[in-house]
Amino acid sequence: MSTAPKPAARGGSLMRLRGLVRKEFLQIVRDPSSIAIAFVMPIFLLVLFGYGVSLDADHVPVALVAEDPSPDAADFLASLESSHYFAPLHALTLADAEAALRQGRVGAIVHLRADFAERLRRPDGAPVQVIVNGVDANTARLTQGYVEGAWGTWLNRYAAARGQTLATPVELEQRVWFNSELRSRNYLVPGLVAIIMTLIGTLLTALVMAREWERGTLEALLVTPASMTEILLGKIIAYFVLGTGGMLLTVGLAVGLFEVPLRGGFWLLWACASLFLLAALGMGLAISAVARNQFVAGQVAIIGTFLPAFLLSGFIFDIDSMPVAVQAITHVVVARYFVSIVQTLFLAGNVWSVVLPNALALLIMAAIFLGVTWRKSRKRLE
Amino acid sequence: MNDAPILEATDLAKAFSAGGRRTRALDGVSFAIRPGAVTGLIGPDGAGKTTLMRLAAGLLVPDTGRIRALGLDSTGDSLAVQAALGYMPQRFGLYEDLTVQENLDLYADLQGLPKTARTERYQELMHMTGLAPFTRRLAGRLSGGMKQKLGLACTLVRPPRLLLLDEPTVGVDPVSRRELWSIVDRLVRDEGMSVLLSTAYLDEAERCQAVILLDRGKILDQGPPATISARMAGRTWAVSGPGRPREVQAGLAGQSGVVDALVQGDHVRLVMQTADDPARLAGLPGLEDARITAVPPRFEDGFIDLLRGRAGTASSPAQDSGLTEGLQRRAQPGDAPVIEVAGLRRRFGDFWAVDGISFEVRRGEIFGLLGANGAGKSTTFRMLCGLLPASAGTLRVAGLDLRHAASAARGRIGYMSQKFSLYGNLSVAQNLDFFASAYGLAGDARATRRQWALTEFELTPYAEQLSADLSLGYKQRLAMACALMHQPEILFLDEPTSGVDPLARREFWQRIYALARAGVTILVTTHFMEEAEYCDRLAIMAAGRILAMDEPAAIKAGARSPELPDPSMEDAFVRLAESAGEAERAA
Amino acid sequence: MTGNGMLTRLLALIHKEFLALLKDPRSRLVLVVPPMIQLLVFGYAATFDLKHIPYALYNEDRGAASRELVAAFDGAPAFRRVATLRAEREITPLVDRRAVLAVVHIGPRFSADLQSGGSAPLQVIVDGRNSNTAMIGLNYVRSVVERFNLEWTASHGLQSPPARLQTRAWFNPNLESRWFFIPGIIGMLTLVTTMLVTALTVAREREQGTFDQLLVTPLRPGEILLGKALPGFIIGIAQGTVILLIATLWFKVPLLGSLPALYAGLALFLLSGVGAGLLISSLAVTQQQGLLGAFLFMVPAVILSGFATPIANMPPVVQAITLIDPLRYFLVILRKVFLEGAGFDVLASQFWPMAVIGAVSLVLASWLFRHRLY
Repeated sequence: MSTAPKPAARGGSLMRLRGLVRKEFLQIVRDPSSIAIAFVMPIFLLVLFGYGVSLDADHVPVALVAEDPSPDAADFLASLESSHYFAPLHALTLADAEAALRQGRVGAIVHLRADFAERLRRPDGAPVQVIVNGVDANTARLTQGYVEGAWGTWLNRYAAARGQTLATPVELEQRVWFNSELRSRNYLVPGLVAIIMTLIGTLLTALVMAREWERGTLEALLVTPASMTEILLGKIIAYFVLGTGGMLLTVGLAVGLFEVPLRGGFWLLWACASLFLLAALGMGLAISAVARNQFVAGQVAIIGTFLPAFLLSGFIFDIDSMPVAVQAITHVVVARYFVSIVQTLFLAGNVWSVVLPNALALLIMAAIFLGVTWRKSRKRLE
Repeated sequence: MNDAPILEATDLAKAFSAGGRRTRALDGVSFAIRPGAVTGLIGPDGAGKTTLMRLAAGLLVPDTGRIRALGLDSTGDSLAVQAALGYMPQRFGLYEDLTVQENLDLYADLQGLPKTARTERYQELMHMTGLAPFTRRLAGRLSGGMKQKLGLACTLVRPPRLLLLDEPTVGVDPVSRRELWSIVDRLVRDEGMSVLLSTAYLDEAERCQAVILLDRGKILDQGPPATISARMAGRTWAVSGPGRPREVQAGLAGQSGVVDALVQGDHVRLVMQTADDPARLAGLPGLEDARITAVPPRFEDGFIDLLRGRAGTASSPAQDSGLTEGLQRRAQPGDAPVIEVAGLRRRFGDFWAVDGISFEVRRGEIFGLLGANGAGKSTTFRMLCGLLPASAGTLRVAGLDLRHAASAARGRIGYMSQKFSLYGNLSVAQNLDFFASAYGLAGDARATRRQWALTEFELTPYAEQLSADLSLGYKQRLAMACALMHQPEILFLDEPTSGVDPLARREFWQRIYALARAGVTILVTTHFMEEAEYCDRLAIMAAGRILAMDEPAAIKAGARSPELPDPSMEDAFVRLAESAGEAERAA
Repeated sequence: MTGNGMLTRLLALIHKEFLALLKDPRSRLVLVVPPMIQLLVFGYAATFDLKHIPYALYNEDRGAASRELVAAFDGAPAFRRVATLRAEREITPLVDRRAVLAVVHIGPRFSADLQSGGSAPLQVIVDGRNSNTAMIGLNYVRSVVERFNLEWTASHGLQSPPARLQTRAWFNPNLESRWFFIPGIIGMLTLVTTMLVTALTVAREREQGTFDQLLVTPLRPGEILLGKALPGFIIGIAQGTVILLIATLWFKVPLLGSLPALYAGLALFLLSGVGAGLLISSLAVTQQQGLLGAFLFMVPAVILSGFATPIANMPPVVQAITLIDPLRYFLVILRKVFLEGAGFDVLASQFWPMAVIGAVSLVLASWLFRHRLY
């Protein structure tokens, strides 16, 4: 130990802070449920989203009904059967196929009438009836798109076999920037970083101040030389480190295991994540400091954290398509700003025009929440 | 030596609003505390003791008046005051999920104790508190007495000049209380510390150099405790026979001129409003043939006298009539025991919390279970109530085996816990209704019982109030009413008077006597040695075994020695507990 | 003890739980207002239908054909032009800062190529950061282009394709994704409420000491469990009814199927939700653990339920895990009853798994009640 005398106030403050941080860590480590939320849940969610959950439909079960036994009809159906997007199921009659659709065994029906081959040669062409189950509209649209793709392929092949060229006046040339294969994992996994950090940041802290009020330990802390700022700082630092750990874990898994490209700067991501973490911690502490009662704080945390972060952050649903009033509400969802930053930093790179305004918003949110917490936890008991 | 007051209040006032009403917690309080002494802050529940402590520590801001600690203004200079004084709040302020050592480290960091000084200071503290073997144990797994000592050690890591202790001895056994007091005495003597200590145990007041008596926000009196008890000279008597002391007490309580009548083992302690001669006392009902001897006054006598004088009431009369409605099953000599326990054992992991105990309780008997924290009495209690299955042994309550007819047996017992477990967000009437229905009462029967409880426990004015907003004394009444809604044959009371002031405690015991007279069997645990003397028989427990089981007088007699010709119940208890501890160490 | 006594005790317990839940105006608000607001907000938020996709136009062609195509985009309600570019270098910053989702780039020879009877390329750049939105946006672009092509072919006498697709969507003809998500939100909110009511209650009574007081009354552990379960159940039914009304009357989601089947599903779902909540509650020693436990159950339950991401898209291992998620079954019931008009016959396969989950969790919870009394 150094024996050089230090300025008493400063050394004391550091020592107090270190003591408070260590206390928070020990409390986290002693509670199995905190560990579960901080480490088990992120890995579970990441693996789930990385491997399990996806919006990209594959092997859609489709019932194929061909009332026409001609080679032309068989050729058309073959173009569907060869696509990996479909899991074809042959039905004898339309009624069978419809029953399968009702029972949920297939998601779509492709139906060729008895006069298919004959009408192919007529000027207005042969109709192909496609029925999709519209309940899950998104999957229905994807399925529809896949059928159209298979149909387009068949048209070209049909024309080529007859030495014709198909008239397609405008040919769409699509360029998807940042995620050329349109892998949904590439955008879900970065967004998940935001969800996980919301859970760690807000949920773990939502009860900590209320718990100290209820158990009377805060009273004992308050009469030590520790100031309220130090007490709050002790909590923020401890959970900040925990949250950063969660962030590194999720980012590491995203890049290493799920091969999501990280095109932006790591340190910029780190800096933005830190800002976000401050805002999330601030929100949890503010809930806790205002409620001063674990039961109420718990209820507010259940209602106010997960579902808004899941639904209103742009993680899954596009904010621009929401009504104006709902868009306004999303501005108070902290995760919204961070979701935008992580998606950009991962897939697009350091786009300052996205990062800066969102980072500023995070800074403001953090300041507001921490300010509320600080005001509500003055060093008095009333 | 500097004799400027170390804590000084001038015309201090503080009010709180709760449940729509504004209560004056402190109302024009002025005092000055000398340095280098233990000052006791004594008062019933709701007197404003905790508010005063918090004001002194700068945790609250007074409405009017000033309070200065260590020459600094507690309100304006709160950070400086907090840096200089030590304060232990009621629940000791420990982190239960941290170990003993980790709690100490935390407070050493917070108090800025240099690392180099720690080893030595820790050794001193551990030596003083006897916690050295437990440094790696979680604070939540310590007994109440050990928690209290750890809480004290944490406030002492850097010795403060002024130490504030808020009810440090509530819920703590007599052995631990003695140890705490010897630590406090040593701090004052050797380190010149000043201590302000609030307590509900009136015998502790006599150990203070000065006391401040507080009631409903006002100071009743202050000064050395001896001057307060001296006022009672010539007014205190011991009365014995004819008849059982409890019957004698019942005859005396409520008589005009009687301030206090208390059962003390084989006699009744009588406190009169004025100095009297024994011949005049013999004129009181039931005392014609009694033996009346003068006894020296105690601090408690003076305190009760002051409180009664302020409240304008005499001692509470014996309650018999309505309370025991429908319970008239007086004990007959040939009755079978109501509680039979034989070879009862209970294991937690590889530790026997209760290690083979046997006893019987007769109908209408008041049976007390005493023991240090961790002696196994709570575990025994929980097994008797059916809250915990026994590992071995037999256990019959009201003739029913708890293992097979638990629900039926529970229907015949009433239970009151030390926390007065009520639903805080329900009103008084709703709590009564709920517990009545939980015991299967419905319709008119329930309404009648509710009315009975409201009247008998004087709760009618509070029927619609939330039970969380009641004062502790009223919570205790309500808890007891809830336990009696179904007219149980057996009443289990787990530290039923913990933290409750002496007047409420006396009222409570009046009710218990009346119930016992009506044939209700009562099993009680308590930390108040006084209350042990109210029991018909006692069992003293340590390390899961019964050390002694007898009538209170006989247990006291067992501790008689040349140095202690007239041992108190506390002496007897401490002696038994210590000899058990020695035997264990020897083994 | 008579059966009558048991009923009295049970009713008292339920009455008490209700009082404890509803007495405080703040808790009353927590149970009533947030679910309604959440349904309204989430109902509008949760949709994959894009409206007013912001796009930029970079048209290097002055010809009539290009004007016709631009008119097609401007006329489509799904698109909103927010920028008209003059140079290629303007594209990158616009896409980077997410000002537009797509850029439509018409080359200088577009009209000329078309007029000569050949094909002309149309370049569309899409921001793929949200791949789902990008894919949906591309689909919209494609349908505008296809419609343009059909009209162009017809009006210029070109040969039309030999086969054409006639697509119909059953149950949801306009493919409104809101119809899909709103029944899902009903399931999620019901789950949240049952967690709110059940997950912290036992831990709170333990911390306040009233649990012991309950246990010394003649109430059996099973009765206490029932007393704790029924309020959650009743509140769930009441709240479910309110949000069902909002879904049908406000959001106009068609409710075609059997209402009794829907309520039977709701009841079984509540049974399993309450069972899970009480299981967490009886495991938790502190309220903190109760809260975190509720999340450890709730978050995976929502994600694995097929709420936003179809279960069919998951790998077989994950699909196997979803079998123990009660929300999964309830979502199927909700969607089938609302949109497909299903009744008991179709849904039997969804009912019994929830009943099993509910029974198992309640039995486990009651076992824990008895064996974790200390």
